Parts: sequence; C-alpha cells; structure tokens
Amino acid sequence: MDLKRNVAGMKPGETGVISGFSDDTLSAKLLEMGFLPGTAVRFNFSAPFGDPVCVSVSGYDLSLRLEEASTIVILS
Amino acid sequence: MDGNRKKIALVGKPNSGKSSLFNQLTGLNQKIGNFPGITVDKRTGITLLANREQAEIIDLPGIYSLYPRTLDEKIVAEIFADQKGEHFPDCVALVADATNLKNCMLLLTQLMDLKLPVVLVLNMMDLAAKSGQSIDIQGLSASLDLPVVMINARKGEGIQELKKVLSGSVVPSRKSVFQIGDEIKPLVRKIKEKFTLTTDYEAYHFLQQTESLHFLSREDRDYIEREAKAVNFFPHKYQGAETIMRYGFIQDLLNKVILKTSDPEWNKFSYRIDKVLTHKVWGYLIFFSVLFLIFQSIFAWAQVPMDFIDSSFAKLSNFLDQSFPDGPLFDLITQGIIPGIGGILIFIPQIAILFACISILEESGYMARVVFLMDKIMRKFGLNGKSVVPLISGLACAIPAIMATRTIENWKERLITIFVTPFMSCSARLPVFTILVALIIPENKLFGFFNYQGLVLMSLYLLGFIAAILSALVMKFLLKTKEKSYLIMEMPTYRRPKWANVGYTVVEKTKAFVFEAGKIILAISVILWVLASYGPGDKMQQAEEVVRFQSSQRQISEQELEAQISSTRLEHSYAGIMGKTLEPVIRPLGYDWKIGIALVTSFAAREVFVSTIATIYSLGSTDDEQTIKGRLKSEINPETGGPRYTRAVGFSLLVFYTLAMQCMSTLAIVKRETKGWTWPLIQLGYMTVLAYLSAFAIFQIMS
Ligand SMILES: Nc1nc2c(ncn2[C@@H]2O[C@H](COP(=O)(O)OP(=O)(O)OP(=O)(O)O)[C@@H](O)[C@H]2O)c(=O)[nH]1
Ligand SMILES: [Mg+2]
Repeated sequence: MDLKRNVAGMKPGETGVISGFSDDTLSAKLLEMGFLPGTAVRFNFSAPFGDPVCVSVSGYDLSLRLEEASTIVILS
Repeated sequence: MDGNRKKIALVGKPNSGKSSLFNQLTGLNQKIGNFPGITVDKRTGITLLANREQAEIIDLPGIYSLYPRTLDEKIVAEIFADQKGEHFPDCVALVADATNLKNCMLLLTQLMDLKLPVVLVLNMMDLAAKSGQSIDIQGLSASLDLPVVMINARKGEGIQELKKVLSGSVVPSRKSVFQIGDEIKPLVRKIKEKFTLTTDYEAYHFLQQTESLHFLSREDRDYIEREAKAVNFFPHKYQGAETIMRYGFIQDLLNKVILKTSDPEWNKFSYRIDKVLTHKVWGYLIFFSVLFLIFQSIFAWAQVPMDFIDSSFAKLSNFLDQSFPDGPLFDLITQGIIPGIGGILIFIPQIAILFACISILEESGYMARVVFLMDKIMRKFGLNGKSVVPLISGLACAIPAIMATRTIENWKERLITIFVTPFMSCSARLPVFTILVALIIPENKLFGFFNYQGLVLMSLYLLGFIAAILSALVMKFLLKTKEKSYLIMEMPTYRRPKWANVGYTVVEKTKAFVFEAGKIILAISVILWVLASYGPGDKMQQAEEVVRFQSSQRQISEQELEAQISSTRLEHSYAGIMGKTLEPVIRPLGYDWKIGIALVTSFAAREVFVSTIATIYSLGSTDDEQTIKGRLKSEINPETGGPRYTRAVGFSLLVFYTLAMQCMSTLAIVKRETKGWTWPLIQLGYMTVLAYLSAFAIFQIMS
C-alpha cells in the first residue's frame, strides 16, 4: 500500500518533509510562500471545525484550508 | 517640477513594516496594523533626503512576488510591469522582516533581475535581536551587490542612515539570479526587441502575465499570446521552476550570512496564546465577549462626554438665540447650523471608542486569528474568512471596509462581501440609533449591570449582521463561478499595540468623519432651512392667516397660537410639501410628513437625520426645551394626542435605518471597486426594499 500522505492528514505537532504537489495552479503560490520540496513542515493546530489549519514552514506560520493543505505531498 | 523629484517605492511582503517606514519618512499618518493586507492602495508622500533634496515616497500594498493573485497585489505588479508608466519608481526600498528573511528575498531577487536600483531595508531589527539571530550585513550586501540598511520602523531608528543611502546614487545590482531556460530564450529576446525593453526578465514577464498588460494594445497582447503558445509556454509550470531556482539561491545565501538561526522557542508565547484564542469553545467565547465589550463601552463610557456636548450646544444655541436680534440670517445660525454641527460633534466620543477598539484588534494580531476562526463558518455563507475584516471595520465605516475586500482572491466571495458590508452598522448610524434608543428605551439596568439601552443598541448591530450574512447566503446560490477560492495567509505574531498608532488612527479617522460628515450636514442643513422657511407663492402667508382667523374664534393662549402658526408655516413650506408628498408611502411604517422630510434629506447621508429633525422641530415649536432629545419627546401626534415617537414608530425607524443604504459615498466606492453601476444600483434597490418591508412589518406588529 503506497498511499501518499499530505499535510491535511497530519496530526498537531507532527512534522514532515515536503516531496511535491498534486495541484499545478496552487503549487506556484505555495512555492512562493516557502513550501519548497525538501523543506520541513510542521502542523501546529487546526481551527475549531478542523479547517483551516495553521502550519509552520520556512520559519513562519501560515494558515491554509484543508483543501489547499491536501495538495502538499509529504514524506514522513 | 514634479517630474524631477526622485520617486522611491516601498515594497515588500505584507506586514513587513512598509507603512510604518512611510510614516517615519513622510510624517504622514498612513494606517498601520499587525495584519497582512492593511494597505490596499498606493499612497505618496514627500520626504527630505540627507542632502535636503526632496523625494517622493510611494507606499504600496504588500506582495510576496511579482506574480499577483489579489487586487491589491495587482496594483504593485502593474507598476513594475510598465517601466514607462508614470508611477514607475527611480529607486526601490525593499522592506524586509529581519526575523524571517527567507520569504522576503523572493521579491528582492525578482527586482534584481529587472535591474532596478534596490536598497535592502532590514526592518524589525529589535525583534530579530530578541530572537537571537545575527546577520552578517557586510556579507549580505556583498553577495547581493546592494546597499543594506538596518532599521526599526516602529521606533524610527536607522531612518537617517537610510536617507543617506537613498540620497546617494543607488545603482542596480550586477548580480542576476534567475536563468531563463534556453527553449524560450529566443522568444524572450524577440519580445524584448519588439517592445524595446531593458532586460530579459521584463520581457519574460510580458510572456507570463500578458493579460494584465493593460498599457499594451489588444493586438500586441494577442501577438504575445500566439507566440507563447507556439513554444508551449505554460505560465504556472514556469513560475514554479523559477521560484525553486530563486529559493535555491536564497537558501545558499542565508546559510552564509545568518550566523545563528532564530531559536524556534522565542515565539512560543504566541503559540500559547493561540491555544486559547483559537480553542473550540474559548475561541468563540472570547471573540463574542470582545464584540460585546465594544458595544457596552460605546454606550456606557461615551455617555458622560456626550451629555456634556449635548447640553453645551443647547446652551450655546439658547444664548445666541437670546442675544441676537430676530431675523432670517440669525435664525439660520441658531436654528439650522448650530444644532446641525452639535448633532454630529456629540458623537465624537462614541466614534473615537469604536475606532480605537478596531485599531487595537488589528494592532495586536488578533484580527488574523479571527479570520482563522471564522473561515469555515463564513464559507457556508458564500464569504471568505478574510471577509471578517471588512465586516468588522464596516462597523466604523463602509468605505475603507469595502476597499479592504481587495485582499480576497476569489471574485465571487469578494463581490458578496462588498454587497453585504453596508448592512454592518457604521458609525454614521450611531447618531440616529442613539437618539432614538434614548427616546424609547428607559435607562434602567438589567441585573443592575447590563444597560437596557446598550442591549437594544447591540441587537440593532446584530440585526445588521444577520441581514448581511443571510443576504450573503442568498447571493451564494444566485452567483455562479468556477474560480477557486484560497485562504493562504501568514499568521502574524502577537504584539503589544503601539499606542501612538492607535491614537493616530483614532484622531485621523474621527477628524475625517467629523469634517466629511460636517460638510454634508452643514450644506444640507442650510438647504433644508431655506426649504423649510420659504414656500411657493404666498401659501405660507395664507395658511398663517387661516390659523389666526380660526384661533380668533376660540380661546387659546398666545403661546399655543405661536406654536400652531410655526407648525402650519412649516407644513406649507417647500420642505413640508416634500414631506407631505412622501407621507402616503411612509404612513404604513408609522411616519408622518416631518419624518418624511428627514428621510429625504438623509437619502445621501444617513447621519443628516439628526440635524434634520433638530432643525424641523426647532422651527416647528416655541418650546424652551433645547436638547434634541427633549424636543422629540415633547412632539405630539395630532391623531392620537399621544407622543409622536411611540415605541412602534421608534423601532420602525431604527429598523429602517439599520437596513437602508442611505450613503452616497458607499455607492460611489462600490461602483469603483466593481467597475460599473450594476452592483451599486442592485444594492441600493435591494437594501431600500428590505428596509421598507422590515420597518413596515415591525410597525404593524408593534401597534
Ligand atoms: N517590533 C517592531 N515592530 C514593527 C517594526 N516595524 C513595524 N512594526 C509593526 O509591524 C506591524 C506592521 O506594520 P505596517 O507598517 O502596517 O506593515 P505594512 O508592511 O505596511 O503592512 P501591509 O500594509 O499590511 O502590507 C505593525 O504592528 C507595526 O507596529 C519594527 O521595526 N519593530
Ligand atoms: Mg501598509
């Protein structure tokens, strides 16, 4: 079973390394914000209804929706 | 003259301190807040550089890269795309957040590739020091081949040094970072030649963002698009590759110059606060308590200064009335202008408190958490988490609130936000609300703590909010779009508000409100006074004689006669005729022709309501009672013999003013932001009909 994991499936406090993206249009923006393949991403916490989520990447905190987070593929 | 002033643009990522620096340089009071996306439009100011040379400083919205996604970002990208345009700067100061250089540098390397003269300004050096990070400035400057200056824009440290650098000649860096791929190089060169551009990278941007090159003709843009297609150029794919290449360079550089990477522990404090403020239960509880506190403070704390202003104006008016001789000009001053001005000055305390609260929410960094907290809920209503900011700042004024929607990427969500923001009760509604609430609700306290009047006021705000989100829900189903919606936003760290910034915002906004509203109120008061004092032909004279004749048949006192005459004269004046014409339409809502006059005058600006009724009732009575509230209280409904302002009438008016558009300036800004008259007209129609029907329902139910 080789299911690719993504940021949306992470648990609070968990870290992972970004390996790629599954959405081409969104990836351009995510790359600009510092989601680079090979960098570490940390899942901080999610909003009360589980969406959006707050993650740390490249040294700062970002909020993004689950939908966007699910396009960021990680190795962990 | 303007032409030879050096133009210096301040650019950088959102929330990096550009506007703070702008204020330090120009002495102006551009709005500042700890939230990404406070500035949404360009603003210029003048500074004096080290050699006493004047330079024009341009403050811009924040951007991460030259590839814009939102409207405010487009404003910046367009300035740099058109190098022959009037706003293209001679020199750029890139304001970077020194606590996190990495994502500030992406834009910097792009500007370097455009061969622009750039100064790298490292801001927030105080915070960088606190986080235990040190930067090798000389190494950074040498590697980038650029001048680097360290500042603290909050305190104004390092500004002289920056001015010195800016007054010298800043030359473009010789370093280039991004290598354009060989497969598209021939095309880039071709475009560069055709449009006589200076750099390859500029030509590359012509390829990337052809649609937004509004300064080119349609044919030219079509030409570029055809050529791009011919070589299989996909903008997004190339953008990603470019970003990765740039970050490669940046990472290498930062590894060399940052001597100790910041210690991840230092903002633990922020996390701990976040745990509480974004908690399932506490988060919402705290948010609603904050809102509740704001409303209570508006009503409770502001009362004392308001009563003072009110009675001072009544005294002034009374004093002038007695010391001036009778005559039309003096009447205009004592009965038209003074109550008119008093009618708005009295609200300074409330408006100041409101602006202060909103400013504190933004300065502390809490607003970004509210966006985070509310996004999921807002999406259910066709809005975006970021819509919270316009909705909350709409409590102060809809105009900046509607401009703040520029940070919302998605067109549909942005349009819905613009459409519903005017339902949020703005500060101009406060005068109307306060007067009417004080009139119909007793001053008692519930459990000795909650002020009844405060609770009613709060429910009016709630009504506005409910109208806003329900309208949003309706629009969500009516509007169709395939465009995706995003919420990718940096979370600023919590900071203690800088009180001077809060103070400036309060003073600036209150001043603007008083002067803007003051001008309109003054103008409309004068027009109204003329309309209420004169009538067509000798109608007013005739009516007066009829009253005199009729009363001579009966026994009535001198004072009663006077009152009857002045009210009959008003009825037959131009204003009276106006109100009378409208009366059949508004009678089902419980209003008479006098209120009709106020509805007409406040069509363009709702705050005029108070000064209008002040003028009308002072013309129509000879009462000694000089405060506006007192006059309204003593107004009699001739049909019932009871007071004119019953609870039903009062609530009907309150609901009407909560829901009606009644603001010309908002319509004008909506027209500008949606590029056409369609939306403002639909909005005007919708809000007026909704206000009318709701006021009708309330009045019929209550009476
Ligand atoms: N500690 C510290 N805070 C700063 C400094 N410069 C700015 N700030 C704070 O950072 C926040 C953002 O400042 P702004 O000047 O509004 O930033 P901006 O770049 O104009 O932001 P946008 O208009 O949203 O793009 C405010 O809360 C400032 O008080 C600094 O040197 N040190
Ligand atoms: Mg700004």
